[in-house]
Amino acid sequence: MEKIILFLPLISAFISGFFGKIIGNKLSELITCLFVIISTILSIIIFYEVLFNGYTDNILIFKWISSGELNVNWSIYIDSISSVMLVVVTLISSIVHVYSIGYMEKDPHKPRFMSYLSLFTFAMLTLVTSDNFLQLFFGWEAVGLCSYFLIGFWYKKNTANNAAIKAFIVNRVGDFGFALGIFLIFYLCDTVNYSEVFDLISKIDNKNLIFLGISFNAVDLICILLFIGAMGKSAQFFLHTWLPDAMEGPTPVSALIHAATMVTAGVFLIVRCSHIYEYSELALSLITVVGMLTALFAATVALVQDDIKKIIAYSTCSQLGYMFFATGVGAYNVAMFHLFTHAFFKALLFLGAGSVIHSFQDEQNINKMGGVLKNLPYTYFLMLIGTLALTGFPLLSGYYSKDAIIEFAYLKNSALGYSAATIGIFTALLTSIYSWRLIFKTFHGNYKNNNISQSSMHESPLIMLLPLFVLALGSIFAGFFFKDIFISQSTSTTFWMDSIKFLEPLSKEHPPFWFVYLTPFLVVISIPISFLLFVKYKNITNYIVEINQPIYNFFKNKWYFDELYNFIFVRPSMSIGNFLWKKIDIEIIDRFGPDGISDLIKKLSSKAVKFQSGYIYQYAFIMLLGFSIILTILIID
Amino acid sequence: MNFPILSSLILLPIIGSFFILFIKSTNKDNPSIKLLALFIGFANFLLSLYLWYQFDSSTHEFQFVENRKWLIGLVNYKIGVDGISILFILLTTLIILLCIISVNQNIKYRIKEFLISVLLMESLMIGVFCSLDLVIFYLFFEGGLIPMFLIIGIWGGERRVYSAFKFFLYTLLGSVLMLIAIISIYWITGTTDFVEIYEQGINVKYQKLLWLAFFSSFAVKTPMWPFHTWLPDAHVEAPTAGSVILAAILLKMAGYGFIRFSLGLFPNASEYFVPFVFLLSLIAIIYTSLVALMQEDMKKLIAYSSVAHMGFVTLGIFTFTQQGIEGSIIQMISHGLVSAALFLCVGVLYDRMHTRLIDKYGGIVSIMPRYAVVFMIFTLGAVGLPGTSGFIGEFLILIGTFQKNFLVAAIASLGIILAAAYMLWLYKRLFFGEIFNSDLKKMIDLNYSEIFILWTLGVLTVFFGFYPDPLLNTIEISVNNLIEVYNLNIQQTNIK
Repeated sequence: MEKIILFLPLISAFISGFFGKIIGNKLSELITCLFVIISTILSIIIFYEVLFNGYTDNILIFKWISSGELNVNWSIYIDSISSVMLVVVTLISSIVHVYSIGYMEKDPHKPRFMSYLSLFTFAMLTLVTSDNFLQLFFGWEAVGLCSYFLIGFWYKKNTANNAAIKAFIVNRVGDFGFALGIFLIFYLCDTVNYSEVFDLISKIDNKNLIFLGISFNAVDLICILLFIGAMGKSAQFFLHTWLPDAMEGPTPVSALIHAATMVTAGVFLIVRCSHIYEYSELALSLITVVGMLTALFAATVALVQDDIKKIIAYSTCSQLGYMFFATGVGAYNVAMFHLFTHAFFKALLFLGAGSVIHSFQDEQNINKMGGVLKNLPYTYFLMLIGTLALTGFPLLSGYYSKDAIIEFAYLKNSALGYSAATIGIFTALLTSIYSWRLIFKTFHGNYKNNNISQSSMHESPLIMLLPLFVLALGSIFAGFFFKDIFISQSTSTTFWMDSIKFLEPLSKEHPPFWFVYLTPFLVVISIPISFLLFVKYKNITNYIVEINQPIYNFFKNKWYFDELYNFIFVRPSMSIGNFLWKKIDIEIIDRFGPDGISDLIKKLSSKAVKFQSGYIYQYAFIMLLGFSIILTILIID
Repeated sequence: MNFPILSSLILLPIIGSFFILFIKSTNKDNPSIKLLALFIGFANFLLSLYLWYQFDSSTHEFQFVENRKWLIGLVNYKIGVDGISILFILLTTLIILLCIISVNQNIKYRIKEFLISVLLMESLMIGVFCSLDLVIFYLFFEGGLIPMFLIIGIWGGERRVYSAFKFFLYTLLGSVLMLIAIISIYWITGTTDFVEIYEQGINVKYQKLLWLAFFSSFAVKTPMWPFHTWLPDAHVEAPTAGSVILAAILLKMAGYGFIRFSLGLFPNASEYFVPFVFLLSLIAIIYTSLVALMQEDMKKLIAYSSVAHMGFVTLGIFTFTQQGIEGSIIQMISHGLVSAALFLCVGVLYDRMHTRLIDKYGGIVSIMPRYAVVFMIFTLGAVGLPGTSGFIGEFLILIGTFQKNFLVAAIASLGIILAAAYMLWLYKRLFFGEIFNSDLKKMIDLNYSEIFILWTLGVLTVFFGFYPDPLLNTIEISVNNLIEVYNLNIQQTNIK
């Protein structure tokens, strides 16, 4: 059954990709959607088995690499973590598949698009069901590849192509760290299979390594290197620059890959490796700091963006930051829970935004929208649910997971924990403000688009709205229903079993009364504030922007990361490349090497030619000279 | 083992080319010439597959050994294969076969002579990979120069003569030193049969000098930095089939030589020169990747990327670990498939547009979708994406290197980022964007023979990416033995 889950999407990708033109649009849509939906149903069955019967399994598919001590198999590993990921991936994927039928209706390359979506699903499934680091790495790079294909799907757009390459290369920078992490694991453990590595970690806990002249604890180093990989894939601070650009791809792609599944792979990696991370206090602290920074940074940028998709992208970045600092404070299960709920409401928001963009005929600037509340009632309603869930409005799913993260950070009882909690609360407030800004600017106020008349605006077709309803249900209920299973202090351990390791059990205390209610209070109060700021009294907002121009520009330009990286990495490597080629290869190596030598020989031989003058008396003279020199030497001896 | 299968492999193309010589050819190309060449190439390929099938991978001993007296008491014609060499023979027969199929596309004149050169090349290359005597090895190794020189010099582009001479002089210079080294080995050990020399060992005090002499030959052929400048020139001027043979097979002779001779004959010297080789390999990887980034001519770009990929090979060999050396061999096979395919792909465009400048192209994905798909496979192979054979090679090399030196592995890994940059950027500039050059619209998509050739290589690239076991299994015991002998040698010297 597990094999069917995995290979159905691959088969449908293959059919739709290679025979799409032959079987036609309709059939390739049908096949891809149907196959992924079957996978989803089977995944839910697996999840059910794991949940109630404690089912785990490790299925061997076939041998991959065997070289010396290195033995790696293609395999499927089912436990609590992978069963949750299976459900998230297949469910969101099938929703996005169905939605795409409507969204991509007029695109001439529809079979190709569906094929990429299915291929991505397969890659993501191999990632989450791996039983070793190498297959994980395969999935890791393969989802990156699909992301590259899908961001650059509209291949005539130069910006889309550049964004695709940027995403691939920034991810490769992360993968560089990840790969070194795997090398180090193999160096220390002689294996890359999870179970064997996890067993050995406690034994190599005290080992030290010298790297670049500095002595590191081996486990710390593994954790940090793996985390660099996670940072790349999950768009954390320093390696986040690709994610906003990735919005160049079609919106369903953003929902599936850049919100719900692929970008959470980094969180998945850390949770999966909790058996290693628990031994590295240093790495956990680093993760907390990076997570905090990302959460705050992305929220500040989201506050001032005008592109509807970019706002949601930065929001994703920020929420991933939450998940990371949750793992940083050791609350892996809470991170998984937020990953789970976030998948629903963020996919909902993206697909909702897609519906808006669809209605506005590919307009993405929220300043050119507004007042379409009555034209797009369903979309409005659905996005409202998504926004409420994202901001953590009480009783919706985001409320349970996000507040739990903040609480666990607080309960960590350390300076880092307190600061994480503080930043978590502040970011929650920012989240709420930018989310409502989006809603108000898009749906309320006056209609501001000059190209399309308001009367011609119409709601998206049912095939796009129906998937949204499913996600809306998830956004409302996922938190409430699954909180006991995922994060309850008493019952969650029976679900997670050995898949997550806690060296010390999580704190069972409760934070003080005022603390628990602080975040929901801020979230609720921010709704009227945002309404006043962005609808009623825009002058105040403009005034605030005006007096804080430098800060505004700083946020608006995304803290100038792109410019900085361009200056440090991109341009220097190009000019160095040019220098090495034109100056060293051509002017030095060739000039003094082969060309120089052949020139030299030419010159020497032209000199030597002069000796062969053809005059007998010259030759005779030379002979005489030579003869007398030899004679002289002999006589002197 | 009565049937001399290896000799047949070597002789069949020579005899075949002899027949071709006598087929009458007018100025119009005579189909029977190509048909005969095709038949020979195919027969040889089947024969090599049969060899692989018969091969016993559970022993490191040389198999199918033939030993005939030649220069009595001095040199014997001794050939045989082990797990390492057999893969290169397979690669050779496969690539030559595909080259013969592709000839119609890219060779416009003197097809007969061209096919003869290619078949001679095949014989000589197979000879290199299975000779067990230093002198025989040297003859084949150097002999390979001549047909290649002709291929570049006769069927090449505008600056073909310059490139052909540069290629010839560079490689000849290196090999002269190797010849001297081979003669001195004879004086030291009294034999040129290197199975005997393996057992006997060479005195440590001579090793370093001999190692350097062999190195000079192999470093030029690999090519290692800074002896690499002949390669881009040779590639740019060579006809497509010539580039393919050059990249896929000729460069591999050096990697094979490093494993067989540098490691096998001079273990102590190899140990001594590790930092030197690592340094040159790292420079090759980073330096040529950066240079590749800036190329405007696609053939040059791929040529530079070849240098970077071969940098990984030399790196892996000199780790003396199971993973490193196996990785190097896989990387060579993989590079043989991928670079051959990439050069063929460049040929596809060149045949249609007669330019190799990247900025003349753009947006051709919508004109030639089938071509875009296969090109993507090889781009990914060159990038070393998991699921392609390129990944298996690079990954094993890096994991082997990491056992020896963290820093070297870390720097080499940077090359993987750069590879992604220059290959994807190339792909983007060729295939994506708007079509601004209206001439491009006249191009037709791949024809059947192109589809056949490219998909054969594409399927192999992906297949070995997911299931490299047939390759790894073949080389495992031989590599293992090589390392054991190597370690034994190092230990003995240390005790002394």
